[in-house]
Amino acid sequence: MKPAERLKLPRQHMPEQPAEARARNFREVNLGLEDRAAINEALRCLQCRGAKCVGGCPVGVDIPGFLAALADNNLAEAARVLYAANVLPAITGRVCPQETQCEVSCVRGNKGEPVAVGYLERYVADWAARHWDQVCEAAPPTGRKVAIVGAGPAGLTCAGELARRGHAVTVFEALHKPGGVLVYGIPEFRLPKDIVEREVDKLRRLGVRIECNVVIGQTYTIGDLMGEEGFHAVFIANGAGLPVFQNIPGESLKGVYSANEYLTRVNLMEAYRFPESPTPVIAGRRVVVVGGGNTAMDAVRTARRLGAEEALLLYRRSRQEMPARAEEVKHAEEEGVRFTFLAAPVEVLGTPEGWVRAVRCIRMELGEPDASGRRRPVPVAGSEYEIPCDVVVVAIGTRSNPLLTQTTPELKLNRWGYIEVDEQGMTSIPGVFAGGDIVRGAATVILAMGDGKRAAAAIDRYLAARS
Amino acid sequence: MSAYPIRHARWLAPGVRCLIVEAPRVARRHRPGHFVIVRPVEGSERIPLTVAHADADAGTIMLVVQAVGATTRQLCDLEAGGEVRDVVGPLGRPTELERFGHVVLVGGGVGTAVIHPQAAALKKLGNKVSAVIGGRSRPYVILEEELGRICDAVYPCTDDGSHGFHGFVTARLARLIDEDPDPVRAVITAGPVPMMKAVAEVTRPAGIHTIASLNPIMVDGTGMCGGCRVQVGGKTLFACVDGPEFDAHRIDFDDLAGRLTAYRSQEQAALEHLRQAVGEGSCRLAGAVARATGDALGA
Repeated sequence: MKPAERLKLPRQHMPEQPAEARARNFREVNLGLEDRAAINEALRCLQCRGAKCVGGCPVGVDIPGFLAALADNNLAEAARVLYAANVLPAITGRVCPQETQCEVSCVRGNKGEPVAVGYLERYVADWAARHWDQVCEAAPPTGRKVAIVGAGPAGLTCAGELARRGHAVTVFEALHKPGGVLVYGIPEFRLPKDIVEREVDKLRRLGVRIECNVVIGQTYTIGDLMGEEGFHAVFIANGAGLPVFQNIPGESLKGVYSANEYLTRVNLMEAYRFPESPTPVIAGRRVVVVGGGNTAMDAVRTARRLGAEEALLLYRRSRQEMPARAEEVKHAEEEGVRFTFLAAPVEVLGTPEGWVRAVRCIRMELGEPDASGRRRPVPVAGSEYEIPCDVVVVAIGTRSNPLLTQTTPELKLNRWGYIEVDEQGMTSIPGVFAGGDIVRGAATVILAMGDGKRAAAAIDRYLAARS
Repeated sequence: MSAYPIRHARWLAPGVRCLIVEAPRVARRHRPGHFVIVRPVEGSERIPLTVAHADADAGTIMLVVQAVGATTRQLCDLEAGGEVRDVVGPLGRPTELERFGHVVLVGGGVGTAVIHPQAAALKKLGNKVSAVIGGRSRPYVILEEELGRICDAVYPCTDDGSHGFHGFVTARLARLIDEDPDPVRAVITAGPVPMMKAVAEVTRPAGIHTIASLNPIMVDGTGMCGGCRVQVGGKTLFACVDGPEFDAHRIDFDDLAGRLTAYRSQEQAALEHLRQAVGEGSCRLAGAVARATGDALGA
C-alpha cells in the first residue's frame, strides 16, 4: 500500500462493553480489535526509518517491525518480533500508557491520530496465546542459577529474559499466586486474571520455576540465596510497600481502606464473588476515593462495580494535574464515576459504632508550582464541607517496603528507603540487582518491566564475566 | 504447586484445633513471636496465625486455631494426612527477649498458644518464667501440661472456678505481682483484646515492661495492604511489619477492638454459605464440634 493510501486510513476504535453494562460487572472493558481492523490499523504505520516510537518504549519493542508483519497478515512473524523484546505483551498491550510512550512520538500523531500500537500489541499477543504454547526457545543451559524476588512485572520480565538465555531461574513470590500488582492491584476489568495466568504459564514452559509463599527477607535472606541456596545472582523486585495514609482523624474507622487493601480484597481475593469467595469487602453505597492516579481510578471504578450508587473521586488539584491515564478517566466518567477537584479530606467522620458516615473536606486553590512542576494546592480557609459516604479509599501512594531491606543491612538505600542501584541495576551487594517499585517508588508496570529487562541483560553479562 | 501436609491434628478444647504442619522453611527460620498467613483450601481467605511451636529438625510448625468464622472452621476441619493449601512465613518481628529476671506470660483462650514459644526461649535465657493461662471453664484452658514442663510455675484460671484460680487472669497476675518473692520484671500477653487491655492496666502502675501480641485483620501480611494498622503511642503502625508485638502501655486497644468487628456480619454470611456447601445438619462441622468436646474433656 502506498503511503498516501495509508495516510487515508482512520485510526480504528477499540470495541468496548457498553458503559451501563460494564459499570456493573467485572468483565474486561476493552474487547479487542477484529482481524480486519487490526490489519488496517497496522497499515497506518508509515514504517519510518529510525522510528521514534521504539525509543519511547521502555523495553524497546521493534514497533515498525511487528506492525509490518501484521500488515502482511503474517501473525507468526509479528508475534516473533514482539516477543523478541517483550515477554509479556498481552499485559503491556492492556496496561501500558502508550499515549505517553510509543504513541506520543508516532508521526501520524502530528497530523491526526497516532497508530494504535497498544491495541495491536494486544491483538498479536492474544493471537499468539491462541496459537502458540511456547513464545521462544531457551538457549542451552548455562549452569548458572538466578533467584528473583517477586513475581510481579519486573520479576517476571527478568525471569523470562534470563530463562531465554539458558540460566536456571527461580522466582520467589510472597503471595499464594504469581503476578504481583497484575493480580492484586490491577482489576479484572482492565486485565483479566486468566491472561496473567496464561502468560505466567508460558514463562514456566520456558523453564522458569515459581515458588509461592516465600518471603525473601523472612523465609530466606539475600545472604541465604547467595550462600547456601547456591544462586549466582539475585534480582530484587519485591514491589510496593506500606500504603500512605493522610494521618487525619478517623482513619481507623470501619470503612476506611488503603487502595492496596481495597483492590487486593477485590482482585486477588475475589471479594466481588462474596460469599462464594469468603474474603469480604465493605462494598459501600456511597464511596469516596481520595487521589488522582491510576490506582485511584481502579479503586473508584471497582466501587461502581461493587454496586455503589455513588462513586466519587476526590482530588486535591484540578483535572489537568491528574496523573491517571486519559483512557481510565474517560472510562470512569462513562461508568458514572463523579469527580470532585480541588478538595481534600481533613477528617473522616464516624457513627457511634465506629463506621464511616462522612468525610469532611476543605476546598483548595492552585498556587505556585511545587517540586513536581505542578501548581501546588492551597487550602481555602473556612471552606470545609461534608460529603456523606460509608467507604473511603485512600489512594495517595505508597512508601518503601521494609520487609527485605530491614533484614539486609548491607544493602544501600536512599533516604526514602528505596534500594540504590548503579546504571547496570546492581545494588551495593555484588551480584545482587534490583528494579521496579523497590528502586523507583511507585511507578508503572512497563517501567518495572524495563528494569527487569535491563537487569536481565546486566545479570547475563555479570555471569558471563565470572564464568 | 505443593501444599503443606498435616502430620497430626487434635482438639485442644471445644472448637480449638491443634495442627502439626510440614513447613520446613518456616520451621527453620521461626523465632518466638513470628506468625504465618494460612489458606486452608484453594480459594479460601488468608488469615494470620501465630506459630505456637516450631521444630526445625522435624520441619514442622504447630498451629492452634479456634473455629470462629468460615476460614477457621475450614482449618479445624482438616485431619492428619490432609494438607493446608498455603502457609507463608515466618512473618512479623520476633519477640525481643532478654534476661529480665522473673517474666510472667499471660494467655487467654487460644492466646495461650501464642505465649508458648516464648516460654522455652525465656527459660533458656535464664529467666524465671511463670504462666497465667485462662479459659471460660476447665476444657478451655489449653497447653497447661506443655507449659508446665517448661515454666517454673503455671497458674490456670477459669471464669467459673472449675479449674485452678476462680477468676480472670488479671486478678491472678495482680496477686503474683504483689506476692511473688521474685519481683515481676516483664509481662508478655496474648488473648482477647479486652483481656490484654486489662493486663496492661494491671502492670501500668508499677511500670512493668509489658508486651502484647496483637492479631488484627490482615490480608497480605507483608507490609502492602495496611489493613492491620494499629495505633501505638499515637502513631499508626502496621502489625505485619512493625509487630505483631507492641508495648502494651502504648496500644490503643479500643481502636483495635473496633476494627476487629468490621466484618462481623459478613463472617456470619460466609459461615452460612460454608454450612450450606458442606451440607449442615448431617454436617461434618457439627460432628467435629462434638468430637472436639469429647477430646478436650478426655484430655
